[in-house]
Amino acid sequence: MELLLKPAESPRSLGMRLLTFIVRLLIVVAIPLLAFAVLYAGFVFLRAGNAPKWVITLVAIIWGVGGVALLFWLFNWLVEHLSDTWRARLLPFVFVGPAMAILTWYLALPTIRTFWISLFGRDGPPAISWLKLFTAPTEFWATLAPHWMGLSNYVAVFTDRLMREAFRNNLFFWILFGVPLTVVFGLLVAVLADRSRFERVAKSFIFLPMAISFVGAGVIWNFIYEVRPPTAPQIGLLNAIIVALGGQPQAWPAHTGIAPWNNLFLVIIVVWLQAGFAMVLFSAALKGIPDELLEAARVDGANEIQVFFRIMLPYISGTVITVTTTIVIFTLKIFDVVWVMTGGQFGTEVIATQFYRQSFIARNAGYGSAIAIILLIAVIPVMIYNLRRIREQKGF
Amino acid sequence: MGTRRQRFFSTLLVNGTLLILVLLWVVPTAGLFISSFRDRLDIQRTGWWTVFPHRQWQVTRVINPRELGLDPTGVMEVEGVSATFEELRNGVMTPDGRERLQWIGNRRLGNIEVQERVWTVNWKFTLDNYEQVLAGKDFEYKRPDGTVEIIPGDDFSGAFFNSLAVAVPSTVIPILIAAFAAYGFAWMNFSGRRFFFIMVVALLVVPLQIALVPLLRDYAKLNLNGTYLAIWLAHTGFGLPLATYLLFNYIAALPRETLESAFIDGASHFVVFVRLILPLSVPALASFAIFQFLWVWNDYLVALIFLGGNPQFEVVTQRLANIIGSRGNDWHLLTSGAFVTMVLPLIVFFSLQRYFVRGLLAGSIKG
Repeated sequence: MELLLKPAESPRSLGMRLLTFIVRLLIVVAIPLLAFAVLYAGFVFLRAGNAPKWVITLVAIIWGVGGVALLFWLFNWLVEHLSDTWRARLLPFVFVGPAMAILTWYLALPTIRTFWISLFGRDGPPAISWLKLFTAPTEFWATLAPHWMGLSNYVAVFTDRLMREAFRNNLFFWILFGVPLTVVFGLLVAVLADRSRFERVAKSFIFLPMAISFVGAGVIWNFIYEVRPPTAPQIGLLNAIIVALGGQPQAWPAHTGIAPWNNLFLVIIVVWLQAGFAMVLFSAALKGIPDELLEAARVDGANEIQVFFRIMLPYISGTVITVTTTIVIFTLKIFDVVWVMTGGQFGTEVIATQFYRQSFIARNAGYGSAIAIILLIAVIPVMIYNLRRIREQKGF
Repeated sequence: MGTRRQRFFSTLLVNGTLLILVLLWVVPTAGLFISSFRDRLDIQRTGWWTVFPHRQWQVTRVINPRELGLDPTGVMEVEGVSATFEELRNGVMTPDGRERLQWIGNRRLGNIEVQERVWTVNWKFTLDNYEQVLAGKDFEYKRPDGTVEIIPGDDFSGAFFNSLAVAVPSTVIPILIAAFAAYGFAWMNFSGRRFFFIMVVALLVVPLQIALVPLLRDYAKLNLNGTYLAIWLAHTGFGLPLATYLLFNYIAALPRETLESAFIDGASHFVVFVRLILPLSVPALASFAIFQFLWVWNDYLVALIFLGGNPQFEVVTQRLANIIGSRGNDWHLLTSGAFVTMVLPLIVFFSLQRYFVRGLLAGSIKG
């Protein structure tokens, strides 16, 4: 193959050159075709899923990972067969193109498409080609008109009882309680661990829940909240403690008697999961405070509490803001915990569970999309902040 | 003298508070872990903390009230205690306070147990739960009346393989694509470079909920729903902004001289990327890989939407959520099942914790 692909050095007959050209052309066409055929065969095999489970898993991994590597190699190979100018023009797109195509398809375009869907009724806009907008505008608008809802999905989002409940829970319980609790616990552990000989062990244990899924955490905490009739021995830790102290056992997250405060029993789970994340970032920031600064304050007679509030906290304020924003964004989209623990019943609905319920259970695409757009709008300030920071970065 | 004592107390305070916090954080997981090795009936009847030494009433003798000629309708005199049937059923302490009398059974045929408080541990550990949850073995339980109740097991091993088939490519594919893109942004000049990079940064925080409805429609048109490819691509799309951003920061900071000398030697971009950049970027690749692997393995929403229609491809989080929903009281399956879902991420996490922390520090703002 090497020989065939090398351009001829000595002048040869026309027939010979034509033959070389045809063979090269065939290779350039055949290799991609072969590659695509292999990939398609793999896809069909996986979709059928008749083989034993471990075989499918192995094939899936090899096909998925190998397929992407193969495609990159193939595109590069094709581009390297072009002339120098075309190669220079196209090569960057071999490198950057796939990422940009996927980003456009999976995140950039959907923001616009979801907004468009949110302006229509429960089935979204009717299927009609965009070309019609230019070739037959009246027909285009006439098809859309009966389904057009304008902004009434958004009006509904802000007036619906369940949505109001979701906003209240997300803003009041999850953000106002959950986020500060996470930050405070993370900071507390970071500061304490910094002065302890057991720093590594302690941090590992606090950090451990980060590796656990929300569904797994749901099981863990369901087990803690498990309730038995008052006469039977309690097997849930929380109720066992409550009974031992003379209280009444309750199914806490589902206990509507204390509603809406039963939300806090779900918030605790996420505090437990996320405090490790806050701790890691704070810990790194605390290590960045120069020792001289702390020593100087102590020599001047400041006690440890003053040192913390007057020196440490101002010094790491940037990190505090970063951590807080990250957790706010995260809690805005909280879904799994609520869905698994209560399914949004007992007054625990949040924005993301409403989004899921409306979009995929009630199949009201327009309404669900409006909720998604609200989520997007909520993160726009952070997006702008990130973009500003990039502008300061050199090279862009 | 004073300062030494002060220092001692402050160390005690620091380590003591830390210990309490660590215990608070560990106890939930520990309870689950211990329970997963206990027999189904034990889990249902006693708290998992009874595996630790505790005091418990233990029967020493059984008294037959009919032999003593006691009348359960009135006040009974037994072992120096006079009590009614109702009082005895709740348990009555003997005058010396060392024993307890308790009526077990109904009024007509029941017996009185003399119980003594002893230190004990409930150490009956078993691997049965794991066998039931992984291999689908049934749990057989003989009721006191002789009938046998069969509680079917579950098939977590299949879900485990599905999770692997979802998580490994969903981790490697975005890394590969993002590494190529990061190299392109860092070392190549092309029109639209600035625009595309701004797009990457803008998309960092976009919530993935925004994409689910349109993507599901596309997948329906392409007949991709419920396939591995669908979920790989979805995870790739949602993970790409962070991956590209992190890897760009790393690759752009690599020393220019190494690359330039390679180009002078006539190497192409592709060769430089594969032979030079990829090996040099291993730390950054590893930290994102762990991040993405944990994220994908633990994901529930994306799997629910793109694999939801196909039970054959169900991943561990879906499987576990289904058991919570349909059989929430089968704690023997839930505890062991939850642990099966956790074991791989925990191994990855503990063996590669350092890389994970580095990844967190590098890219803490993500959508």
